[in-house]
Amino acid sequence: MDKTINQKAWFLVLPVFLVVAFSAILPLMTVVNYSMQDTFGNNQFFWNGVGWFKELLDPSTDLGGRFLASLGRNLLFSAIILAIEVPLGIVVALSMPREGWTVAVCLVILALPLLIPWNVVGTIWQIFGRPDIGLLGYTLNGLGFDYNYVSNEFDAWATVIVMDVWHWTSLVALLCYAGLKSIPDAYYQAAQIDGASRWAVFKAIQLPKMNRVLLIAVLLRFMDSFMIYTEPFVVTGGGPGNSTTFVSIELVKIALGQFDLGKAAALSLVYNLIILIVCWIFYTVMTNAGAERPVKPGGA
Amino acid sequence: MARIDLVDLAHSYGGNDAPVESFALKPVTMTWRQGGAYALLGPSGCGKTTLLNLISGIVTPSRGKILFDGADITPLSTQKRNIAQVFQFPVIYDTMTVGQNLAFPLKNRGVPKDEIDARVRQIADLLDLTFYLDRKATRLTADAKQKISLGRGLVRSDVAAVLFDEPLTVIDPELKWQLRSKLKALHRELDLTMIYVTHDQTEALTFADTVVVMHDGRVVQSGTPAELFDKPEHTFVGYFIGSPGMNIVPAVVSGHEARIDGHVIGLHRNYGVLPAGARIEIGVRPEFVNVAAPASGLLSATIERIDDLGRVRFARVRIGDAKFAARVPPGFSVPDNSVGLVFDPAHVHVYADSRLVEGVA
Repeated sequence: MDKTINQKAWFLVLPVFLVVAFSAILPLMTVVNYSMQDTFGNNQFFWNGVGWFKELLDPSTDLGGRFLASLGRNLLFSAIILAIEVPLGIVVALSMPREGWTVAVCLVILALPLLIPWNVVGTIWQIFGRPDIGLLGYTLNGLGFDYNYVSNEFDAWATVIVMDVWHWTSLVALLCYAGLKSIPDAYYQAAQIDGASRWAVFKAIQLPKMNRVLLIAVLLRFMDSFMIYTEPFVVTGGGPGNSTTFVSIELVKIALGQFDLGKAAALSLVYNLIILIVCWIFYTVMTNAGAERPVKPGGA
Repeated sequence: MARIDLVDLAHSYGGNDAPVESFALKPVTMTWRQGGAYALLGPSGCGKTTLLNLISGIVTPSRGKILFDGADITPLSTQKRNIAQVFQFPVIYDTMTVGQNLAFPLKNRGVPKDEIDARVRQIADLLDLTFYLDRKATRLTADAKQKISLGRGLVRSDVAAVLFDEPLTVIDPELKWQLRSKLKALHRELDLTMIYVTHDQTEALTFADTVVVMHDGRVVQSGTPAELFDKPEHTFVGYFIGSPGMNIVPAVVSGHEARIDGHVIGLHRNYGVLPAGARIEIGVRPEFVNVAAPASGLLSATIERIDDLGRVRFARVRIGDAKFAARVPPGFSVPDNSVGLVFDPAHVHVYADSRLVEGVA
């Protein structure tokens, strides 16, 4: 059979190719290019090979020390907020009404924090927590707690974590609620007939059926919290000291504060790679748990 | 294990104040004996699933009472009713193995472990699931899953009744036969009261000793398969049971005679007094009407087509405007246009406003 040869088809691919090239490939290649060089003023560049990457992974250098410390903080932060937001989101979703007008009210209330821009959230909590004029800070201090997120590391962490929980638990709750709504009534009726307790219903029906949405929730929350920048930057500015300086804040300091484009480029590539790898591990582990081929019964 | 009594039981999804005509289940009083196999048969929307859900307690009745062995259990929740139910689509606890799935209803009720093991083994044996006991239930095919659902329904030995809500819908036709006869065997083996909801007459007639036919929220007849076939109490039963269904034709009935189009058909019984103003029809199953060569003494009909079912042939004919089916005797070559019909008077029934009228012998 003769194939029709028509090279004009390439033109049809061209627009997409151009868009992807300009929006993704070229910027990424620029970053790769920068990561191999050192910059001085006047747009002068000097070849540095894999030097920056070596420094990044070596805690004894300034760059490596800063990167690894902020990476540690960031992982701790992600772990804490996942440990709080996922169970809390499930509990919220479980306690929501299943039908009636209250559903709409609950959904709107839950959606509100999600609709607020990041830096506004930061500003809200920055003021809310101030010991002199903020409702939270003033009340806590009035009650005898010495709360000050500007000077105390623990208070700064607590503020940033509570803020994130306030901002994002809704997302987990809404996803779980969608998962719960998709469970057919027959499951609950069968569980009633089988005499299952509330806890047994949760363990045997609701949790397994929420599996998928929980995977999505954990992935989204991990990526978002691992890339967090605006809120802690607005509230604590990374302080006190470096105690709430996460990787993205460090990255911006290096790139725009010191204008070390080479170091910043290397850091952002490694940062990107970590997120990709962690997400891939999460996804593979969680989809493989329970995804084997069905067994065909024989000899029945 | 219990006798089940329904006393004036009725349900409306629109609340108790809705007119009775709109009720999903119109008031019904009926007794089901311990150990019986019952089928609730009727078309979609006839109220059979509503009745089932009332018994299991998933739905609370608008009116009336349900008694188990004489005790009123109407206000009790599903958990406290001691009932098992199998749903239309398989319900499987994903994280558990087949064995754990079967054990779940017993475990929740605090049955001792060795007793659970013994019972699970017995049920798995009966359902050919022994091989899969330690496998995860999610990975099985739909019919294996439905067998697990059936097993969970049957695993408790002390239930008042096991309710089946069209449990074979998702099963392949070939396996349907197997599972249906299996259920029948299980019923004999386990001495449980079973109530089986279906819209498939074959399923109902093969499974049950007593078939309860429902139509438009009402129980129209309850009886053995033979009773439903020989003496339908309602034209709906005659029409719904049997393939092809019963012939129902308007007629003028007086004494021992019925007239259709001025033609006289003899009746076995005497119908002296018929309700005044009622719509009178006669019903006769196609099996009891033979076609014959047209003759002056016979009611004549025009042939529309012949259905050859292999073992037996049915002629689809018209009497005036009314459609009619009749048996073609073996070896009879059917003429092209019109035939005569030979009735078996013993099987011709008279209906007034769709209800059977008992004649006097």
